[in-house]
Amino acid sequence: MTERLRIANGMVVDPEARTMTRADVLIEDGAVAAVEAGELLEAEARVYDARSCWVVPGLVDMHVHLREPGYEYKETVATGAAAAVAGGFTSIACMANTNPVNDNAAVTRFIVEQAAAAKHARVYPIGAVSVGLKGERLAEIGEMRRAGIVAVSDDGMPLMDAALMRHALEYATMFDLLLIAHEEDACLRAGGVMNEGLTSVRLGLKGSPAAAEELMIARDIALVELTGGRLHVAHVSTARAVAMIREARARGLAVSAEATPHHLMLTEDAVADYDTNAKMAPPLRTQADVDALRAGLADGTIDAIATDHAPHHADEKECEFERAANGIVGLETALGLALRLVADGVLDVPTLIARLTTGPARLLGLPAGTLAVGAPADVAVIDPERRWRVAARSFKSKSRNTPFDGWELTGKAVATFVGGTLVYEDRPAAAPLRVAS
Amino acid sequence: MAFAQRHLLGLEGMPGEGIVALLDSAASFKEISERDIKKVPTLRGKTVINLFYESSTRTRTSFEIAAKRLSADTVNITSSSASTTKGETLVDTARNLEAMRPDAIVLRHPMSGAPQLLARHVTCPIINAGDGCHEHPTQALLDLLTIRERRGQIAGLTVAIVGDLLHSRVGRSNLHALRALGATVRLVGPPTLVPREFRALGAEIHTRLADGVRDADVIMMLRIQRERMGANYFPSLDEYSHYYCLTEEVVRLAKPQVIILHPGPMNRGLEISSAVADGPYSVIMNQVTNGVAVRMALLYLLVARNKAEQADSEAGGDVAVAASGKGARA
Repeated sequence: MTERLRIANGMVVDPEARTMTRADVLIEDGAVAAVEAGELLEAEARVYDARSCWVVPGLVDMHVHLREPGYEYKETVATGAAAAVAGGFTSIACMANTNPVNDNAAVTRFIVEQAAAAKHARVYPIGAVSVGLKGERLAEIGEMRRAGIVAVSDDGMPLMDAALMRHALEYATMFDLLLIAHEEDACLRAGGVMNEGLTSVRLGLKGSPAAAEELMIARDIALVELTGGRLHVAHVSTARAVAMIREARARGLAVSAEATPHHLMLTEDAVADYDTNAKMAPPLRTQADVDALRAGLADGTIDAIATDHAPHHADEKECEFERAANGIVGLETALGLALRLVADGVLDVPTLIARLTTGPARLLGLPAGTLAVGAPADVAVIDPERRWRVAARSFKSKSRNTPFDGWELTGKAVATFVGGTLVYEDRPAAAPLRVAS
Repeated sequence: MAFAQRHLLGLEGMPGEGIVALLDSAASFKEISERDIKKVPTLRGKTVINLFYESSTRTRTSFEIAAKRLSADTVNITSSSASTTKGETLVDTARNLEAMRPDAIVLRHPMSGAPQLLARHVTCPIINAGDGCHEHPTQALLDLLTIRERRGQIAGLTVAIVGDLLHSRVGRSNLHALRALGATVRLVGPPTLVPREFRALGAEIHTRLADGVRDADVIMMLRIQRERMGANYFPSLDEYSHYYCLTEEVVRLAKPQVIILHPGPMNRGLEISSAVADGPYSVIMNQVTNGVAVRMALLYLLVARNKAEQADSEAGGDVAVAASGKGARA
């Protein structure tokens, strides 16, 4: 018998057509069957009442760290996938810097199996570019492709060898795989732990200049021209980097980019009193950089908002700043933070949702980010008026490293469906579960 | 003005009156060290821990003598004996020390911000004895006390600080304090070691030593770290010395009554010639003497007086504490 579910009375956001329409989403056997005006309540269909909510394609995060295998004390595929759906994400792509590194098909298959067992968000592994992320020899990209990777990246370890980068870009075209680059020149960064500028000078912390990121992007744009490869700049953070990417795209090069919520929301000032939750690579920059990232996100220079969800144990953050691990968790705060961009007038709702759905889905070639008939019924129901306070201690993620703890946000995923199945729900007690048969 | 801080983590942001109050207090403590019996009972029964994760002779000894002259019990934990070599984190060390109920912890640490971290995990006062490339507030206070003794006041003076400002905690603390008291501060050194950003903190920047010291009232030389050469901040010690060694010839460009400071330990013949270091303008030994007074004053203000005020406020009475060191000599 056909399983039917109707997500009724919501405002359906179509990031492709850039429209918001009051409509029902009819789901049959895990796939979208119709998006239509309501009041066609069929007797056998269960109904989820999405009144006063937006109904959007399940969000896609193309940059997370799930830490399994090897660092399960920080996060596992299962806890990461649970955190994802709590944030409205139904598809996530996880980076290769596990232990062992995901630089071969066996590790890829392991991650795929763990993801299937987790039954929350869909998890897509990203394979390493180089063996052991060492930047020396190409990993078996083709074998990993067959096992299920959706992109390649040495994220966390900038590829300093331009010849290897050139070959990686060329080789990846064979599989039409995106190469996601962590763009920071390791020599110029030289142990920098925050943005180089007045704040780093004041605090006596070693700075990493914006130029460290920009010259790597300049190099790799030149290599895209040379090779015809597909370059994706991970967590772009500087104004000049955005300008270079915009210019490369205008010339028709296959260069794309993502920005993180924290680079879109925070400046180096967040380091303030040596707050290790403001330590990331690339570092938080200046207000001018934040403004440029926002403009780039609005005009499409930046295709995607990606969290760079980087779970760490408290001990790895509660220490001297120089010693602290890089990065923060992001899956459960990304949407609420991103909605501030709408409130700030940076972009409209369909554009924002596009950066969280179609943008990353298209780059990775995922069957996600759309509510077209026949697409997997991955849906996020967002209450745009819901006011909530970030409480790190109740995260589904194993880790609590966030600079946003205690922030008051407006707008939240209140229900998440993967393949038509309700996998997460957060309704205030006053309005209990409204899936009724 | 009362000194209301709980810790002394740095001088950035401290108002001029607060610094003056500290200097006044320190000046009043100098006399104790001139006595035949150099000890007062002010901190009897108090425990001061010197927690040093970096080697230091001068600063550690100065803090220890300061505490002992106030009758505090002192415990020295140095990097070789610190648990950190056994893998214990600073936070765990802090919690353990806290459990032993110290009355103050003096911290020297190779990483910037370590005192801020410690202060978040203990309740007793923390005195920063130098953290990474960040601040060394007691050094700057003893420098200011020395300058004030010789010049009467800080406001209006031109102070040239010469050397590796990028990595200098002494330079940063002095810059903040000197600016707060109205001095003109010139930072002098090769562009690799003097970030332009210091301008936003109120400093003038000079690359040529002659420009930097011309008509200066005070020249403060910083120690050049030999290990900086490896990172190509400058090509060789010889070349550095050629451009930045303070010689008698250079000193003549400054005001006739110029005074010369150095936080030590000096690299004689590298950043300062022996003739200058031992010459008539040098106040380097006065700095060392003043270091003890400054640290006595701080321990008094942070340990004895804070406790007294706490007791007073607990008793519901008005806070009325004798200014500066008078209480100590009672």
